[in-house]
Amino acid sequence: MAIIVDEKTKLVVQGITGNQGNFHTRQMLDYGTRVVAGVTPGRGGAEVHGVPVYDTVQEAVDKHGANASVIFVPAPGVRDAAFEAIGSGIKTLVIVTEHVPVQDAMAIVAYAGERGVTVIGPNTYGICSPGKCKIGIPPNVIFKPGHVGVVARSGTLSYEITAAISNAGFGESTVVGMGGDRVVGLTFIDVLKMFERDAETEAVTLVGEIGGTAEEEAAEFIKGMQKPVVAFLAGRAAPPGKRMGHAGAIIERGRGTFESKVQALEAAGALVAKLPWEVPDLLRKALGGKR
Amino acid sequence: MKLYEYMAKSTFASAGIRIPQGRVASTPEEAEAIARELGRPVAIKSQILAGARGKAGGIKFADTPAEAAARASELLGSEIRDLRVEKVLVEEKLSIDKELYLGITIDKALKRPVVIATAEGGINIEDVPEKSIVRLPVDIVWGLLPYHGWQVARRLGLGGKIGSQLADILQKMYKLFRAYDAELIESNPLVISGENVIAADARLNVDDDSLFRHQDLPRVEEGTPLERRVHELGLAFVQLDGDIAVMANGAGITMATLDVLQYYGGRPANFLDAGGGAAVEPTARAIEVLLSTNPKAMLINIFGGITRCDDVANALVQVQEKMGGFPVPVVIRLVGTNEKEGLQILQEHGLTAYRDMGEAARKVVELAGEGRS
Repeated sequence: MAIIVDEKTKLVVQGITGNQGNFHTRQMLDYGTRVVAGVTPGRGGAEVHGVPVYDTVQEAVDKHGANASVIFVPAPGVRDAAFEAIGSGIKTLVIVTEHVPVQDAMAIVAYAGERGVTVIGPNTYGICSPGKCKIGIPPNVIFKPGHVGVVARSGTLSYEITAAISNAGFGESTVVGMGGDRVVGLTFIDVLKMFERDAETEAVTLVGEIGGTAEEEAAEFIKGMQKPVVAFLAGRAAPPGKRMGHAGAIIERGRGTFESKVQALEAAGALVAKLPWEVPDLLRKALGGKR
Repeated sequence: MKLYEYMAKSTFASAGIRIPQGRVASTPEEAEAIARELGRPVAIKSQILAGARGKAGGIKFADTPAEAAARASELLGSEIRDLRVEKVLVEEKLSIDKELYLGITIDKALKRPVVIATAEGGINIEDVPEKSIVRLPVDIVWGLLPYHGWQVARRLGLGGKIGSQLADILQKMYKLFRAYDAELIESNPLVISGENVIAADARLNVDDDSLFRHQDLPRVEEGTPLERRVHELGLAFVQLDGDIAVMANGAGITMATLDVLQYYGGRPANFLDAGGGAAVEPTARAIEVLLSTNPKAMLINIFGGITRCDDVANALVQVQEKMGGFPVPVVIRLVGTNEKEGLQILQEHGLTAYRDMGEAARKVVELAGEGRS
């Protein structure tokens, strides 16, 4: 099981001949991801780490049955690359690129919605179902197959927490980075629903941060969940009105505060860790005698 | 990037939205000349990147050109809401029958643009009760159609020529919203003055990530001088009021680092996200800038993903050698990609690093002489 990606996922890398695309194709291959093709317009016929390169996504889909794509192209080209992937029949789209204009992100998400495509990102580290498939840029060593589903808005913080979960002996079913931008493809609720249905997932860890109301909305859904949820939120020390690195991480007009999120999650029955490394202890508590 | 009111108004005017007559002035003499040209009572508005200027004394009125010069000289060079006034907008004073609010912004949850309007304009939109606010989500693929404008007008209780003008203005604002990659476009107040609907105020905030396709726009800088220096290095930075300098990689982990410092009783001096994969040079420059702010101590917290630990170590060593040693205690936490190489480099230069974020945070708080007793 696992969610969104697994051993059947066949990946095409858009922007495979760039620095990041090249480096992370190697990393993904080493992890065991089935990278079936790469795309860079004008570079069709080349090879990167033994992966064939095409000019269009359509060729990758037709010749190799690619069903997922990861985008490493620079921000000005992301809109085109994403529309191409969606229009070519890709079902899961991971947009790693940061600084994608928010109006482009809205257009991508709208088009993907019409075509039933799952969009992860923009500005995401990607997704990993440990032992099966990793798409994106996280270090290979932090994951361990297991039964905790992880969903996060930020990158390195979720590496920190995922590594802590792995080191504590738990392991993960799937780790999803939704992306740090204001408009991204998935919501916490989308991912929580999938984890709730996934037979392999026994508990969920939600890594959130200040800004917006995504955590508060997630809390509404958590109320009705069977599986326990452990959360960690970043931004307790953040002042209002300042954008803390992520475009979405800002307390605006009194909304999106740390306190409001903690309150909503605790009221919904989630356990909220005060410090990142407390997450494994709370998972142990939440799962009772199961582990 | 926020545009000043006078810049936003010129985009409104170019789209065919009616704005008050007037111009921007940098000196009292210019203000006087503009008032004389207009030949009627004027409003003199401080050009600062903040709202609620009226309440803070940033908007004045004058009946004569001489009075306009006097009011302008009071405003120019003064500080309104902690921002220095360098320009004032001198415009005809409108006779106001009714004040409206009309804006378009991004609804993060709906993932689409949303029109926001109310007949209770002129005050902070946050202070308007939710039941008086009209919201209309827009499908970004199909765009905003003329009938949407009429729907908004009717829900505000407007009809006839006024309703028609409002519908037209909304259409034009949406075009600007798209053309300028706006995060927010608004007019507050949008006033009904006799037969006309006029944008008495205008705001246009452009998405920073879209600036590559807006070379024609002026670049408006915001933030403290220190914030600007770090932004020039291409790094996300926010100045805080404590005295432990912080650098980490990734927005989430940097926020969490501040939280952990605060948890142990330390007071962070800043938020600095060195980003994923920052190279040696910008990292070294960022460390230098942080040290130049005279913190009591500094914490570097790196979980290397794309960021390589050896790059961070090299940056630290470079700064250490250039400065002839660090002026304040520097606590380093270094794990992840190329960790071994990074630790080796540090060791060769007499530096050590922690593996655990909590231990490093406790240590730096202790060295800064802060913390829980």
